[in-house]
Amino acid sequence: MTDVETARPILSMVGIVKEFPGVRALDGVDLEVVPGEVHCLLGQNGAGKSTLIKVLAGAHQPDEGTITWQGEPVRLSTPMTAMRLGIATIYQELDLVDGLSVAENIFLGHEHSAAGFTRRGHQNAEARRLLGRLGHAEIPATREVGRLSAAGKQIVSMARALSHNARLIVMDEPSAVLAHDEVDNLFRVIRDLTAAGVAVVYISHRLEEIRTVGDRVTVLKDGRTVATGLPARTTPTRDVVSLMTGRTIEYAFPPRPETGIVGDELLRVENLALAGSFHDVSFRVRAGEIVGLAGLVGAGRSEVLETVYGARRRTSGTVTLDGKNLPAGNVSAAVRAGLGLAPEERKSQALLLGEPLVRNISLASLPRFSRFGWVNRSRELTEARAVTESLEVRPPDPTRLARTLSGGNQQKVVLGRWLLGGCRLLLLDEPTRGVDVGARSEIYGLIRRLADSGVGVLLVSSEVPEVLGLADRVLVMREGAVIHEAPADDLDEHRVLDMIMEGSAA
Amino acid sequence: MSDQMSEPVASSQELAAEVTTDEQARVERAAEVAGESGPLQSVRRNEVLSAMLRNVGLVVVLILLAIIGTLTSDNFLTSDNLRNILVSSSVIGVVVVGMTFVIIGGGIDLSVGALVALASVWATTVATQDYGAAAMVACALLVGVGAGLVNGVLIAYGRLVPFIVTLAMLVSARGLAAKMADNRTQIVRVQTVIDIARKDVIGVPMLVVILAVVVAAGWVVLNRTTFGRRTFAIGGNPEAARLAGIDVRRHTASLYMLSGLCCGIAAVMLMARTTTGSSTHGNLYELDAIASVIIGGTLLSGGKGTLIGSILGVLVFQTITNIFILNNLATEVQMIAKGLIIVAAVLLQSRTTREAKT
Ligand SMILES: Nc1ncnc2c1ncn2[C@@H]1O[C@H](COP(=O)(O)OP(=O)(O)OP(=O)(O)O)[C@@H](O)[C@H]1O
Ligand SMILES: [Mg+2]
Repeated sequence: MTDVETARPILSMVGIVKEFPGVRALDGVDLEVVPGEVHCLLGQNGAGKSTLIKVLAGAHQPDEGTITWQGEPVRLSTPMTAMRLGIATIYQELDLVDGLSVAENIFLGHEHSAAGFTRRGHQNAEARRLLGRLGHAEIPATREVGRLSAAGKQIVSMARALSHNARLIVMDEPSAVLAHDEVDNLFRVIRDLTAAGVAVVYISHRLEEIRTVGDRVTVLKDGRTVATGLPARTTPTRDVVSLMTGRTIEYAFPPRPETGIVGDELLRVENLALAGSFHDVSFRVRAGEIVGLAGLVGAGRSEVLETVYGARRRTSGTVTLDGKNLPAGNVSAAVRAGLGLAPEERKSQALLLGEPLVRNISLASLPRFSRFGWVNRSRELTEARAVTESLEVRPPDPTRLARTLSGGNQQKVVLGRWLLGGCRLLLLDEPTRGVDVGARSEIYGLIRRLADSGVGVLLVSSEVPEVLGLADRVLVMREGAVIHEAPADDLDEHRVLDMIMEGSAA
Repeated sequence: MSDQMSEPVASSQELAAEVTTDEQARVERAAEVAGESGPLQSVRRNEVLSAMLRNVGLVVVLILLAIIGTLTSDNFLTSDNLRNILVSSSVIGVVVVGMTFVIIGGGIDLSVGALVALASVWATTVATQDYGAAAMVACALLVGVGAGLVNGVLIAYGRLVPFIVTLAMLVSARGLAAKMADNRTQIVRVQTVIDIARKDVIGVPMLVVILAVVVAAGWVVLNRTTFGRRTFAIGGNPEAARLAGIDVRRHTASLYMLSGLCCGIAAVMLMARTTTGSSTHGNLYELDAIASVIIGGTLLSGGKGTLIGSILGVLVFQTITNIFILNNLATEVQMIAKGLIIVAAVLLQSRTTREAKT
């Protein structure tokens, strides 16, 4: 590792300003990165992190400010310019072409070619070498990217960055889509890179990751740099959080009801199976209860949620809500019966990016705002505004287009959709993915309040502490089966991790 | 459309604390304060604004065309000619209303022209005409809706590509029309039907009135009802719409039925204008309709668009045609020019959408 204090910066950005119509997303940001360091960028949702790195990637043009790269002032007018200089970016929302192969994606835009023909053999071999270097030689270079898992796609993105001989790799919330063991692998890759002198800019909302992998920290707040060059390992969490949010935040999970869960049985799932994914899953959720599903990505947790919801057609088994059977593969019936799902992939599965927030929020509960099909728009707007305010969506203006919101704020909108319409049972798939620390505790509190008001909650999260802290009861899943069920109080993180990993290492 | 923003109501801030079921009463009260008495807040300030700008642009284009028309031909600015433009816009305009719904919902309907032909032939068969005007109208509408249902079911439930299904419908509907008519033009004998094109309502041709009614109804459905909302949602992100509990398949099927219904109405109007039913009616309507919708700013990929824009698109298109005809331009030249106009419109559109994205 380089001595970060004395090394000459590879990149320095000074006084960067970027305005969008109506918002000053960056309002004078400074950032300095030295070779071989992991520089962490922290800030609340909407602080401007992604915008800053898009400026760095040449995807946005700054309105003011200077960028110096290896001692020379540069203008990054296109993404290609940035890549040629050796700046590679792995975006928050992965930007791979699903229909192309792994190798084709890695070399997209700089294909290996001879006389205009791509040299596929050569390219595939090179792709295999890069994947091997990332510790993922098992990903076939010819596989279609659309068929890879989220983690696999991320590895491909990283291989793409390496293929450009990047000197600086920017990673925007790379761990948000990864499971526990995959995060460890990511860190290993990052350490290999920095040991070779590559600089990494790392964005994450998980402070413990910053401690593990980071060297220095820059904190953004409302588009400004409020602190820079803080040592990642030794700065107290409290300080970092108060720099980010301007206040101190209680880290605790909301308390469980003292009386225990006394509600009646709400959801009963019996011998549920989905061919090729999971089998023989049975459990109950009572009114007012939060049930967590722990497990690795690929253990079948999301599939269970989606099958209960009817988004996938179950192969066998029954799902009953309040004693009434829910038909297989029928989402509309499930929603009418009072189910709601906040899916894992907000962009592709949940949001109408070109529509304003209010329409995103009201989408599932339109009948509530309408009489004979006629939408009462003022009521819709008022209720949507109440939701954006209670979730601290920033900016809290429900008429903004969903596209213009930062990632974490989009996630809150997806949650907000189900807070509107008298939901009986909420299925939450990674509800805090990409959400900052402040809003995270808001969301925890909100989920608990919903439960206290009699809603049942079924929660999937890759963060084991979140499942243990929030849920009343936990189901542990491995390889498509429920292997353990216990009250959350009787479990601890290590035991759960042991259970979900067991056998997967072999 | 009101685009004022009223200040957020004070009481809605109090709602920030939590959203539970007991909150509902308060929300409702707040809504009363906000909505019923105060001005309607715009939900889509930015959207509405940009759509309006584009529509203003189309109006400017129309004015420019009017100037060009006046300069190049003495006959342009006569009440007869203006009437003519409006009347010739009315039939295709009704088709365009249905097409706008289908395209916003993420589909495409190539069969509209053929459906107009089929409906006109079916409604003018001797057997149907014997039952009088009401039967003819009902027949045309039913044929349109029925064929739309076939399109919709194949696309939504058969999971076939809209392009292919409606292309097949185009071919077979025209074929069926030709067979039913025995390749002869059918004459409309029922005077009430013919009168539709002859009568005025307070100085406005009946056909134009029909268009206005269809557009108004379409606008309300698209912008003020759950049906319209869902159309945008399905076109914008079908998976998200499905996971939000919308019956995407049923809705998609109903969009094609709506388009078929519009074709049926257009068929009645065309029968009245031409006093015939023919398997060659509505030739290339699909192209004119799609072009008008695109010129009007609706995205071919779905999820975005306005009905007013589409209608302005129709007027632009018909005015250009009118000017060409007044200036005795050869049909071939007209076609080339139309093609260029479509390309220009699409170019302009991709420019504006790109700006909206960055
Ligand atoms: N294309 C855009 N148009 C308008 N406003 C935008 C656009 N992109 C971002 N913004 C605004 O800029 C601000 C910064 O957004 P940015 O995506 O950089 O936040 P972030 O720090 O990455 O947040 P998160 O942690 O949620 O990903 C936000 O207020 C956002 O709404
Ligand atoms: Mg971001």
